Amino acid sequence: MLFYMLRRLGLAMLIVVIAVSLLFGMIHAVPGDPLSIVLGPRATPEMRADLAARLGLEKPFVVQLGAFFLNVLRGDLGADVFSNRSVATIFFSQLPFTASLIFMAIGWSAAIGIPLGCFSAIHRNSWIDKFTGIFSVGAITIPSFVVALYSLLIFAVALKWLPAIGAGQEGDIISRLRHLILPSLAVGLGWVGYLARLVRASMLEVLGENHIRTARAFGLPERTIVFHYALRLAILPTVALLGVGIGHMLSGAVFAEIVFARPGVGKLIFDSVITRNYPVVMGSVIMTTLIFVICTTAADLISAWLDPRIRENL
Amino acid sequence: MPNIPASTTAAPTPWQSLINHLGRDPMALLGIILVVIMVGSAILAPWIAPHDPNKINVRYRLKPPSADHWLGTDQLGRDVLSRVIMGSRIALQVALISIAVAGSCGLLLGMLAGYGPRWLDSVLIVLFDTVRSFPTIMFALAVVTLMGPSLNTVILVVIVTSIPVYGRIVRSQTQALRNHEFILAERAMGAGAMRVLGLHMLSNVIGPLLIIASMDIPVVVTIEAGLSFLGLGVRPPTASWGAILNDGYAFIRNTPWLVIAGGVPLILTTLGFTFLGEALRDVFDPKLRREA
Amino acid sequence: MHTEYPPPVKPNSLALSIQDLSINFQTVRGTLKALRQVSIDIPRKRIVGLVGESGCGKSTVINAILRLLAENARIQSGVIEFQGQDILQMTPDALRDMRGNRISVVFQDPMTALNPVLSIGRQMIDIQYREKTSRAQKTARAAAMLTRVGIPDARKRLEQYPHQFSGGMRQRIAIAMALMAKPDLLIADEPTTALDATLEIQIIDRLRKLHQDIGCSILFVSHHLGLVAEFCDEVVVMYAGETVESGNVRDIFYRAAHPYTRALLQCDPARIKEKSPVLPTIPGEIPDMVNLPDACIFAARCPIKQHGCPLTPPPAHDIQPGHQARCHLSARKDD
Repeated sequence: MLFYMLRRLGLAMLIVVIAVSLLFGMIHAVPGDPLSIVLGPRATPEMRADLAARLGLEKPFVVQLGAFFLNVLRGDLGADVFSNRSVATIFFSQLPFTASLIFMAIGWSAAIGIPLGCFSAIHRNSWIDKFTGIFSVGAITIPSFVVALYSLLIFAVALKWLPAIGAGQEGDIISRLRHLILPSLAVGLGWVGYLARLVRASMLEVLGENHIRTARAFGLPERTIVFHYALRLAILPTVALLGVGIGHMLSGAVFAEIVFARPGVGKLIFDSVITRNYPVVMGSVIMTTLIFVICTTAADLISAWLDPRIRENL
Repeated sequence: MPNIPASTTAAPTPWQSLINHLGRDPMALLGIILVVIMVGSAILAPWIAPHDPNKINVRYRLKPPSADHWLGTDQLGRDVLSRVIMGSRIALQVALISIAVAGSCGLLLGMLAGYGPRWLDSVLIVLFDTVRSFPTIMFALAVVTLMGPSLNTVILVVIVTSIPVYGRIVRSQTQALRNHEFILAERAMGAGAMRVLGLHMLSNVIGPLLIIASMDIPVVVTIEAGLSFLGLGVRPPTASWGAILNDGYAFIRNTPWLVIAGGVPLILTTLGFTFLGEALRDVFDPKLRREA
Repeated sequence: MHTEYPPPVKPNSLALSIQDLSINFQTVRGTLKALRQVSIDIPRKRIVGLVGESGCGKSTVINAILRLLAENARIQSGVIEFQGQDILQMTPDALRDMRGNRISVVFQDPMTALNPVLSIGRQMIDIQYREKTSRAQKTARAAAMLTRVGIPDARKRLEQYPHQFSGGMRQRIAIAMALMAKPDLLIADEPTTALDATLEIQIIDRLRKLHQDIGCSILFVSHHLGLVAEFCDEVVVMYAGETVESGNVRDIFYRAAHPYTRALLQCDPARIKEKSPVLPTIPGEIPDMVNLPDACIFAARCPIKQHGCPLTPPPAHDIQPGHQARCHLSARKDD
């Protein structure tokens, strides 16, 4: 188990290093000089000279890369071009909004997706199974920003049941939650479909296995068999995939935050792209990539730990 | 004298099984219809669009559907239906270029990874995983910042993020085949082996590749639409479905029709290709269900 | 080997009686007639062997007794009498009361028959859910049973997971679980097929000892003829969904009446005295059970049909009291 953990962590770190280098390298691969990109169109010659010296642009690429890495490790992701505030500070101030959005989205998907999948597996080929099948494909395929736009149109603009803009009043939990409902639904709907399909397939597979037949042959009540024996096993694959799911949800969060004018990492990056606030964009993308890699690695490790077979054999 | 009959059923050909499947699965049929409509409208766009999609007529802005404008007009008075039809062109363009370029790159890299030396395989796998470790839209935003917004930037992003998808499938297929065919190859004539393998490999890999391509098209079309919706994709006045949604969002309180018009074709296209892909997968290679 | 010649069984001393059971399966190719007029009697406290090659319907019989048939199964006719009730008509509640309590099963594959993510102890306690005893008492009972099947250090091992046991031990755990409730009938579905020969002997010895202690009936399904000869009192031979011969173990092994039984015995590697490069087999294949021939089910492969057999589906002929065979030619034995 320990060996597996170390290998997995090693791979994760390697990927992060390559990803960050790739992003860093992209600056230099792009036509136009890095100074304009970093400083934006408002740079004066003095600022450019100063930055050139600081960035050490005459030094070889590898040295620059190394310096960049050192900075990242120290938590220095550069500074906002306009306000000069640290990118790291800005990023972490916006992260909680996105995090709450994603947590709620995961909540939706677990609360709806898992029962749907379970029910479909138990009542195979019933009308609810067929409905779940079509619904899942639809939920997975329909783009999240379209869901966001349509739910905005229907529930906020037309019916006026839920708020259309912002994250709600600070300190007011109810207001916060009301403002979370539509955006998190937009972000999480895809995962609802994905989980429903996955849990259904997983449950069907588990329910067909020999040990379930043994449990039935011993007369165990159906409820015990389904929920304590089968579901426990069927859920395992979903944990590993949750890591990947978070990556999709991060992308979905960008759209949800823009459509519903919510604060968050997505909106931050988008606004920074528009204003060519390059350090904020690159720093934030690095951070979100890092978060994504952490999530997938953690998901893999947790799912390995949960299955005693893997735990023992590694 | 009672006689004992022998079993007579023969296995159906792939085309027969596809037709059978279509008969049983209404979703697959629906998928094909939707795909045909979309591709047809993309190809025939200049002839079937009722108006010039870029013709501005500010006096008739934001009108709801009417006899003259089946889907109404946008904020500059342009006919929405014509813009939607032109939008299918953009979507198809993106889809085809991405399959062509990403598909061939993925094919090449995948075969290299599956058939080449182990170190090359490890390197390529790490590269694939690295590209997949960027949340797609975040990556797209980073590229847009550096290269400026345009349809070409979007296509570049789409290609780069699709290559690992094709690459992985080709790689696993190649690996499976390698163990299979290699033994045959050893017995084959020396020089002929490589060519035989190459052709064999290719013909076996094309099938899953096509299935993955049809599952990838909705993803690719969605990325373009998403970026254009953010204003970071096609440049105005080009009509892409995402751009229509962008306009629709800005004027959502004035009229719902723009948002509906931009979203519905996108939904139908992505659903259509997905149903088609699933049908193809069910018929030709049910094992692939696990691969994604 | 059992040397006494047991008298024919009186009806009210039967633990289980399957009478004229016919089951079909709806498949994409058509209706599969998996069981046709199958009759099996299991007397109290006796061990009945059920032999036949793969696909003959043994599993379907077991699933029918437990009412765990697949969704596409259709019971055409027949009765399974158990303790005064017909299992085929039982309500789900009655069935659950019966399973694991008055009828238990030991399944074929010990590697997959137990839940991999729950401890042995948890599984053994769960199946005692009917008892009103405390958890500690249930644990004690489980530990005692494990010790009885020869697993040392039982308390500690209750906390372990199935993959931490060898195949032979897992099968012993399965037997322990099956016999914990002191059932009236134990069904052993090829319990030793997945194990090697030495383990096989150990398992059978254990089963025999437990059988003597508990006094249940056993339905022992196997295609290993030597084992059946060793272990069973009565034998039923199945072929392609029919019971072609039944009788006590001596009748079947020394005086086999049905040509299929005789062919099976000839093909048993254990019985071959001289070395030969070619192992005997029965030529031909089992018939297609969707498109059944309108003839004796074994006609296509029968080596003696040319001696005047009418080839029509035969009824069960009585060779001797307690020994029956579905063969026209068995009624007039020449050898």
